[in-house]
Amino acid sequence: MSIIVYTENWDGKFKKLSFELSSYAAKLAEMLNEETIAISIGRVEAEELKKLASYGIKKIITVTDDRLQTFDSRTYTKVISDICAKESAQVIIMANNNSGKSLAPRLSVRLKAAICSAAHELPESISPFVIRKRVFSGGALARTELKTDIKLITLTQNSFDLCESPVDVVIEAFTPEPEGASPAITIKEQEKQTGKVLLADAEIVISGGRGMKTPDNWGPLEELAELLDGATACSRPVSDEGWRPHEEHTGQTGKIIAPNVYFAIGISGATQHLAGISSSKYIVAINNDKDAPIFEAAQYGIVGDAAKILPQLVEAVKESKAS
Amino acid sequence: MNILVCISNVPDTTTKVKFADDNKKLDIAGIQWVINPWDELSLTRALELKDVASSEVAKVSVAHVGPATSEPTIRKALAIGADDAYRVNTEATDAMQVAAELAEVVKSGSFDIILCGIESSDYNGANVGGMLAEFLDYTSVSGISALNVSGGEINVTREIDGGKEQLVVKAPFVGIVQKGIAKEPRIAAMRGIMLARKKPIQVSEPKQAESATALLGFEAPPPRAACKFIDADNPKQLISLLQNEAKVI
Ligand SMILES: Cc1cc2nc3c(=O)[nH]c(=O)nc-3n(C[C@H](O)[C@H](O)[C@H](O)COP(=O)(O)OP(=O)(O)OC[C@H]3O[C@@H](n4cnc5c(N)ncnc54)[C@H](O)[C@@H]3O)c2cc1C
Ligand SMILES: Nc1ncnc2c1ncn2[C@@H]1O[C@H](COP(=O)(O)O)[C@@H](O)[C@H]1O
Repeated sequence: MSIIVYTENWDGKFKKLSFELSSYAAKLAEMLNEETIAISIGRVEAEELKKLASYGIKKIITVTDDRLQTFDSRTYTKVISDICAKESAQVIIMANNNSGKSLAPRLSVRLKAAICSAAHELPESISPFVIRKRVFSGGALARTELKTDIKLITLTQNSFDLCESPVDVVIEAFTPEPEGASPAITIKEQEKQTGKVLLADAEIVISGGRGMKTPDNWGPLEELAELLDGATACSRPVSDEGWRPHEEHTGQTGKIIAPNVYFAIGISGATQHLAGISSSKYIVAINNDKDAPIFEAAQYGIVGDAAKILPQLVEAVKESKAS
Repeated sequence: MNILVCISNVPDTTTKVKFADDNKKLDIAGIQWVINPWDELSLTRALELKDVASSEVAKVSVAHVGPATSEPTIRKALAIGADDAYRVNTEATDAMQVAAELAEVVKSGSFDIILCGIESSDYNGANVGGMLAEFLDYTSVSGISALNVSGGEINVTREIDGGKEQLVVKAPFVGIVQKGIAKEPRIAAMRGIMLARKKPIQVSEPKQAESATALLGFEAPPPRAACKFIDADNPKQLISLLQNEAKVI
């Protein structure tokens, strides 16, 4: 039996989340007294693959089939479930991102595995297998029992600390069975952001709301994000107005993120907004209304005019970098 | 081409949730139930596609797994413009069970595009759409932010981590939608509300699909530390606190 981690790479390099998943799997493996195995789809150099071993992965199964270049959740599900069957997977761990969200539910049906999505911590007990997850957009935690023999967990990014525990690793290649049917999905065009920290991956997020007043005021906010290697985000009205691109909108109907620190600048803190960001480790609020609900969710706050405060924060970061 | 929109029935997003029965159950007293926001947007887009001149979409249906008490939500979908509705008469217990029951509805009809929302705003599962596709052995596309039909071809935009893709997808398939699919949810007009009363809701008995999970109870999230206020005249102190106290920058 084994704990399987589904890793993801970006042009051959692992994302940090793959190491988070591995760290989580290694801890769970200790609880269950099992081995950890990682699956890697796509071309990744052996040197890069071995990085997983620093986080307790003992075996890596690589799949480099060209037919998997187009992400089709149905064909991916087949490949991953075949590997899980071969390795007698007991628990499968994936990220709670776009790919994890499209694969985990399918795998769950195929492997008859109960699923806990968007988990943020280890299970509280193994037998029965009970794990808590956030529900009602962070308003409560639900203690959930996964009743099937095989279990699936999707882990929220940034919710589990990296934990180094180097081990020896073996790398094996897996060749999927040929698919009969012609592909059901054809990609006509692909656009990828380059050179920018992705909102979903960012550990620091600087977000602006209607209190930023006009789209012209975003300069210092963007500068702050750049200085801190962070990503920029916004509230829904800001993207609705076209002040910022819609990919930046966080909240219940936008992106759900969990960075280490989220700066809410000129954002009132409506429940629908908080739904997307309440899992952040720290929330910093800057708002000129001392009664704004965002201060109830925040750990650090400044009551004042964003237009005056932002440039001073930029200054402060520059100074601390210089010293 | 026929579109089926799966709708879940959730507490209005501003509801302050409370629990009953020793925190084992949601306290439903005073809850205003609404169509899950994503599903409302999927329905809106399906109807936009149907309403154009010489549309290739013939019919838009909605499906729901839930007891008779959720009929007002289904009627609302009909009032917004769905042609007909399917309801599987059972309490929804978990995503696996709901998806298995929805699969029966899909098999009983003839649908080319099946739309689900990315997640229900109550339990935030994000599971039913993918599970349904697997039960049916259909293709599924997650993260759909635009959907178009023309010349018998289905085009979608899929959001991926750090970008987007334009895809052509063969029917039948399950589309799992997110932000962007429609701008604003369509609102039921008086005429729609009148018409909805006469539209059919086909009720079927469940195949008694099993759930894979059990909800043991609810807990309050751990309390967060109270906000520490920094003087607006000295915002630089914030940066030093984040560096030295929180250690996050
Ligand atoms: C079904 C549904 C889903 C929704 N989903 C989302 C979602 O996903 N994400 C989302 O964000 N919203 C969502 N909303 C909208 C949400 O309810 C709020 O309307 C929205 O979050 C408010 O955005 P805001 O905080 O930028 O603007 P406002 O509420 O207008 O707040 C602006 C804030 O800026 C402050 N301010 C003003 N001037 C200054 C200044 N000079 N300096 C500093 N502060 C200043 C004000 O005090 C105020 O607190 C949703 C609503 C519904 C009904
Ligand atoms: N009881 C239900 N009846 C019909 N569709 C549902 C039901 N529950 C969930 N769905 C669909 O599945 C999507 C995702 O829900 P969930 O997996 O519960 O987060 C929703 O947006 C709906 O489209």
